[in-house]
Amino acid sequence: MVRPMGGNGDSFQIGGFSGTGLACRRGGRLVFTGLAFNLPPGGALVLRGANGSGKTTLLRLMAGLSGAAAGQLAWDKIPIDDPDAHAARLRFIGHLDAVKPALTVAENLEFWMSLWRGAGLNAGISQALDAFDMRPLAGFPARLLSAGQRHRLALARLMVAPAPLWLLDEPGNALDESSLAALARTIAAHRASGGAVVVASHGAAFVEDGATLNLGAFTPTDASHWSEE
Amino acid sequence: MSAFSTVLARDLRLALRQSADSLTVVAFFAIATVLFPFGVGPETNVLARIAGGVLWVTALLAALLSLDRIFAVDFEDGTLDQLVLAGAPLPVVVVAKVCAHWLTTGVPLILVSPLLAVTLHLPAAGYGPLVLALLLGTPTVSLVGAVGAALVLGTRRGGVLLSLLVLPLYIPILIFGTAAVEAALTGLPSTPMLSVLAGFMVLALTFSPWATAAALRQAVE
Repeated sequence: MVRPMGGNGDSFQIGGFSGTGLACRRGGRLVFTGLAFNLPPGGALVLRGANGSGKTTLLRLMAGLSGAAAGQLAWDKIPIDDPDAHAARLRFIGHLDAVKPALTVAENLEFWMSLWRGAGLNAGISQALDAFDMRPLAGFPARLLSAGQRHRLALARLMVAPAPLWLLDEPGNALDESSLAALARTIAAHRASGGAVVVASHGAAFVEDGATLNLGAFTPTDASHWSEE
Repeated sequence: MSAFSTVLARDLRLALRQSADSLTVVAFFAIATVLFPFGVGPETNVLARIAGGVLWVTALLAALLSLDRIFAVDFEDGTLDQLVLAGAPLPVVVVAKVCAHWLTTGVPLILVSPLLAVTLHLPAAGYGPLVLALLLGTPTVSLVGAVGAALVLGTRRGGVLLSLLVLPLYIPILIFGTAAVEAALTGLPSTPMLSVLAGFMVLALTFSPWATAAALRQAVE
């Protein structure tokens, strides 16, 4: 099913994202095990848990950046085995902003736009600039931005090319009140058009009626999770 | 193909904005080469004999200075995560970045090498083979270096480790690059050595992008 998004005819293939029996090992320690989730189109999943409970690990696993020790991820109930195909339908915003200080704000966004959409399809980045109120800064070199502005620029990447799955790691960090509101609006619009979103967050005021996944529940309790590997 | 041109264009633009990085490499090449006439003495025939080797060794060391920059900056600021997730084949992105590295460091080195050859009294017959050998050899330097640069991502003092990893692999390039110049000076054809260098380049182009991509996936995990 293809649904329109935005005003310029953008669309993406909506779908459900799910995982079963997921386990992840970092440095010999089993971070979580037996984790399952199901995210329908238009759904939101809020990851909660103490520091070190594996929120970032799970997001990177969902993105295909790291491999699972056990379990299977699936898109529309079809197991994901081609990492490039999976990568093409997701946007990942991590702790690092991936902003090039030597390029201007607009050039940063234009790079990602032509990488994701293909050159020649540059419909303009005005929508992305407006979503997080970056238009006044468009011509500024990114090295002059504050931490919060740099993070807004990273979030604006979500708007340059549509993708059905957003994976956001603490997206509210360093944001002021009005930017948090903009983030909430952006996520709501994304979900309204059928997109799914996973957010790792301590205070998720910017996601309405999302399902919550508490990672603490999947932490192995016995001592056997330390392996000799 | 569009991922290739997009990444290449961005890396070239970044190199242009931060041109000091490329200039440092060229300046190192020049200074290191100019040290030799001082160290060895001004005897023309001694300098002429070692000119080819000296230029190749200093060019390799200069290129080594810039290798860790291919991926380290992208790794530190999170761009590498996004490039891995670009949905484009990672080896294509790797080739684009290596191309950018060669255009911003290899090409400037080739351009100044005839000037530096003058300071070493290289006989006229050696100039053509020297430039041709560098033209065929420096892409291999960038391609092989990229594998090393990707492997040392995330390690402390990666630069030192990178030299230990990569310099031994440059020995064949050094042997045939120098031999091409030597042959021309003794009146022999340098075509066989240049062909071998071209062969190395094809070999590196075939394997290095995949090896580099695998190392990059390992680094972001």
